[in-house]
Amino acid sequence: MHVPILKQGDYLIATIQSVLSDADLLQLRDDLADRVGQFRSRGVIIDVTVLDVIDSFATRTLRGVAHMLKLRGAETVIAGIQPDVAFAMVQLGLTLEGVGTALDLEEGLAFLNAKTKRGGSVWRGPIPSRSAPKAPLDAQIRKANRRRK
Amino acid sequence: MSTFNEELCVPIKSDSDIVEARQKGRALAIQLGFSGSDPTVIAAAISEVARNIVNHATRGEIVLSGIHESSRLGIQVLARDEGPGIADIEQAMQYGYSSGKGMGVGLPGAKWLMDEFDIKSQVGKGTSVTMRKWVR
Ligand SMILES: Nc1ncnc2c1ncn2[C@@H]1O[C@H](COP(=O)(O)OP(=O)(O)OP(=O)(O)O)[C@@H](O)[C@H]1O
Ligand SMILES: [Mg+2]
Repeated sequence: MHVPILKQGDYLIATIQSVLSDADLLQLRDDLADRVGQFRSRGVIIDVTVLDVIDSFATRTLRGVAHMLKLRGAETVIAGIQPDVAFAMVQLGLTLEGVGTALDLEEGLAFLNAKTKRGGSVWRGPIPSRSAPKAPLDAQIRKANRRRK
Repeated sequence: MSTFNEELCVPIKSDSDIVEARQKGRALAIQLGFSGSDPTVIAAAISEVARNIVNHATRGEIVLSGIHESSRLGIQVLARDEGPGIADIEQAMQYGYSSGKGMGVGLPGAKWLMDEFDIKSQVGKGTSVTMRKWVR
């Protein structure tokens, strides 16, 4: 499953749209490396909202992506890790140490703006609702399970 | 302890089978009554043992089944292969130990995620990991 990468000003936004195999994840890594060079991007957001599981391989790959892009001059932020996915990661003893994380795309953009101290990128996509309160953890997990059934 | 309903057997030979095995495991877990973060936790454990088959043994299978014991329900995940086997299981179970370029998280991590964990291996014969989790 190919992951589309959107250019948004100085940033790239990769939105994962379905569960990914290991090969898909490695493809995303290579695509991002190419694009960051091509567009001289300063920041990258990887939206992982729909990922069913972030296991040891996915963690290692995401950390590798972030470190590699850093060497290419771009900050990476992983957005949208679901509460149950985060819970399983913690139990596996996995961390995304050294990688930026954000609740959602909007926070990811704020993170990059702060990190790259430009504030130059304007989000032209649909406006994420800022005021909508987050559902309680239980409801979020139930929703995530329904989505992936 | 006995198993019920059909055993679900997922052959594992490539990385896309890992995804299939954990998705079937998640679906079975939900069907058995697991809730909250448990279906994801079970899927994560399946992902780790299935990947070990692909990475360390080339091919094998994951067998998923519902189990019950007295009045409790659970899920059993059996991962088996006829790969090279593991010479030193104690070492393999150590957090951070990997014979390859992994992080050495898979086996100890899967054990933490599940309620019961048993690994048997014979060099040259293969490896089988049996894991169980009970509905709370
Ligand atoms: N099915 C198997 N067949 C043969 N050897 C195995 C198998 N599963 C695990 N091992 C051995 O046990 C070691 C530890 O496994 P574990 O899953 O903990 O770490 P890893 O697979 O090396 O790395 P990670 O899972 O963090 O990516 C492996 O490096 C490998 O040598
Ligand atoms: Mg492993």
